[in-house]
Formats: sequence, structure tokens, C-alpha cells
Amino acid sequence: MNGFFDIPSDLQHSYGGLIAIHLQEALVPVLVGLLLALPIGLLCVHYDWIYGPVLWTSTVLYAIPSIAFFVVLIDYTGLSQLTVMIPLCLYSLVVLVPAVVDGIRSVPEETNAAASAMGIGLARRYLQVQLPIAVPAIMAGLRVAVASSISLVSVGALIGNQGGLGNLLTTAQLYGRPRLAVTSVVTTAALAIVIDALLVLLRRVLTPWEPPSGGAAGRSGAATTAEDAATRTPEGAS
Amino acid sequence: MNVLDFMQSFFSDGSQWHGYDGIPQRVWEHVQYTAGALAIAAAIGLPIGLVTGHTGRGGNTLAFLATGARALPTFGLLVLMFVWLGLGIVPVMIPLVVLAIPPVLITTYEAIRTVDPAPVDAARGMGMPEAQVLFQVEVPAALPLILSGLRSATIQIVSTATIAAYVSLGGVGRYILDGLYQHNYEKVAGGAALTALLALLVLVLFWAVGKVAVSPGVRTRRAA
Repeated sequence: MNGFFDIPSDLQHSYGGLIAIHLQEALVPVLVGLLLALPIGLLCVHYDWIYGPVLWTSTVLYAIPSIAFFVVLIDYTGLSQLTVMIPLCLYSLVVLVPAVVDGIRSVPEETNAAASAMGIGLARRYLQVQLPIAVPAIMAGLRVAVASSISLVSVGALIGNQGGLGNLLTTAQLYGRPRLAVTSVVTTAALAIVIDALLVLLRRVLTPWEPPSGGAAGRSGAATTAEDAATRTPEGAS
Repeated sequence: MNVLDFMQSFFSDGSQWHGYDGIPQRVWEHVQYTAGALAIAAAIGLPIGLVTGHTGRGGNTLAFLATGARALPTFGLLVLMFVWLGLGIVPVMIPLVVLAIPPVLITTYEAIRTVDPAPVDAARGMGMPEAQVLFQVEVPAALPLILSGLRSATIQIVSTATIAAYVSLGGVGRYILDGLYQHNYEKVAGGAALTALLALLVLVLFWAVGKVAVSPGVRTRRAA
């Protein structure tokens, strides 16, 4: 195919294999990040004063460039996928924690009161009442986190071919084959768009009570709420 | 040796503080890349965000564009542009601008669109032309959110501008990549610390701008 899909053998993976690695390295961290963000977000809602410090910390972590993060971690986790995934997980928190907090805060007071009146305990109230209502806000954050994670995995190519599709970029330069770089960029972008579409679909499935199509720009503008959550940093909280 | 020791020996090395590979020079280069990319992204994102937010039209198109821009891998774009355009500042600016436009554009749009409609209607009722409604009523009220979008974009640029070093340019990323290739972790840790410091500086800068530029009325209403 004119050299677009002739993957050099030193990458030890086929085109499909690289896609699989890329997805794994991008999505597992966000998933772990979400599992961390759910309890952290709940704590931030209950104890308002920790929200500020949590946001400060995650913003500073977010500011550390991924390459630097990778290199520092090599000492501890070696040239492995884990080295790439740990920073990505931390980066995802800066978007996901505010998304969870906003989501829980968006639950109307009457709903909480009704749940209490029905004798639903705190844990069940969180899982069965608040989280479902928070789904749109959380999903909006998830979309931003996933998109940036898919983009960042490529940088892992700099620490010994741990970058999934990004490995094609370093290879393209090494062998002077720019077409491999085109393949890498186009495939990565396509992955991000496909996964994003799947997330939108998942949100519709999880929130059947929301208006189905993106008719009203306001309510369905998931990207907007997400960007909003992503931009919320320390001073916004105080 | 842990990371903090590396940082300490990096910053206490006197030779690190002058010359073309000195900290002042590299930080200055980094600031230039950041300011350049932010200026271009703001020049594109702010006007479009202001107009679409004011008219309330084109929200879906914007969300679509932002998703597309976010999907483009920054590092991949850098390498691709470098391969196509060769050595220079343009291959670095393109990915940084693509990275920064979504937060600026979407936040500005959203900030203007969600301004309390009552004062806006009052301004119109008093006979203000649309341009004045936008710049004297909507923008001041939306300023805190608009600034937060710019701040988020700036932090992402500061952190990502380190990859400029991968295509032979300068900036703080020089230390990180050189350190990686020379197995010199002091340099890597030092470069990372400098980037984080720059990001903190950005936070402080935007906090100060917000204090000066945001009208006191808007600030108290927001706190309430």
C-alpha cells in the first residue's frame, strides 16, 4: 500500500497490534483515573475545604511534561507500558475530579432529600441516585480525558518504543519514511474520534431520560461542559 | 538519589546558569514559544468564541471542531510537520496552536452564552448597539470564565512546548530530552521542575490579571 502500512519489523507489531497497544495504554489509565476520581470527588463534595488543594495538586502535576514524567519514572518502573500509563492516569484526574464534583453538585437538593426520606443510606444514595444524575457531567469530562490520553500515548515512543502508534513517528524519522508519520497521525486521530463517538453513545444509553439527539445545543453540548470542567482550576474553587 | 536530589544538584551547578544552554536562555525561549502560540490561538479562538457566543449560533459546529482538534495527536502533528516543513519554528507552532484553540474557543463561547440575560436585555432596551452590548456588558460579566479558558490553554502550551526540543529547537524541553539521551537524570528533573515552575507562574499571572481586570461587581456575585 505505497508504504503507508509497511510497518518495519523492529517495531515487532503489525498495524493492528499497534492500534491495540495504543488503545490499551490510553484507556486503562483513564479508567483507573475514573475509579480514583469517583471517591475523591465525593470527598471533595462532602469536605469542601479539600477541593482547593486537590485541584492545585492536580494542576501542578498536569503541568509536568509527559516526557519528563516518563523519564523520571523509568528509574522505578523501567521501560514498560506502566511508565507511560501512570502519568496519563494522573493527568486524567485534573479533568475527571472536577467533572465528578460538578456532577454530584448538579443533583437537585429535593432529590437528595427524597432519597433520605425513603430511607436510602449514604452509600446507596451516592451509587444509585447521585451518580446516575451526574452521568452527563462525568461523561463530558471523560471525553476530554480520553482524547488527551490517546494523543499523549504517542510521546511514549521517546522512551524506547512504548508509544503504540507513536512508535511509527520515531521510525518514520529513523528510516526517512514520512508516510509512516502520516499513518500514525491519521490513525490516532481516527481512534480518538471513534472512541469519542462511542462515549457519546454510551452516555445516551446511560441517560435514557435526556433528550436523545443533540437538538438543543445547550444541554447536549457535552464538549462545552467538559471544557468548562477542564478549565476549572484552583481559584475557581475558592 | 531521589528526584529532589537531582533537582538540587541541577540548580546548584553554576555552569547551568549562563551561556546558550543556560537556564535563563532556555526559559526565555520557552516563554517565547508559549507567548507566540497563545497569541495565535487567542487571535483565532477569542473572536470566533465571542461572536458565536453572542449570537448563540454554531454551538454544535464548534463542539464538532473542538472534538476534531482534540483528536489530533500533538506529538504526531509535530513530527509530521517537521518531516514536511523541515527545521524551524512553524512546525512547532502548528501543534501548539491546535492544542490551545479548543479550550480558548469553547470556554469563550460558553462564557458569553451563559451570561445572565437580564442585564443584556436591559442594555438592549437602553438602545445599546450590539457591539457595545457584547463588549461592555457580556465580556465584563464573562471575563472570569474567559480567563480560565486562556489559563488552561497556557498551561497546556507551557507543558507541551517541551516537545519543541525533539525537533532541534530550544526551550526548557532541551534539558529533558538531552538528559534522556545522555542518561543524565539531573537534567531531566531540572527541566521538569522548570516547566512546573513556569506553569505555577502562569497560574499566578492569571490570578493577578483576574484581580485587576475583573470588575468588583462580577467578582462578588461569583463568590456568592
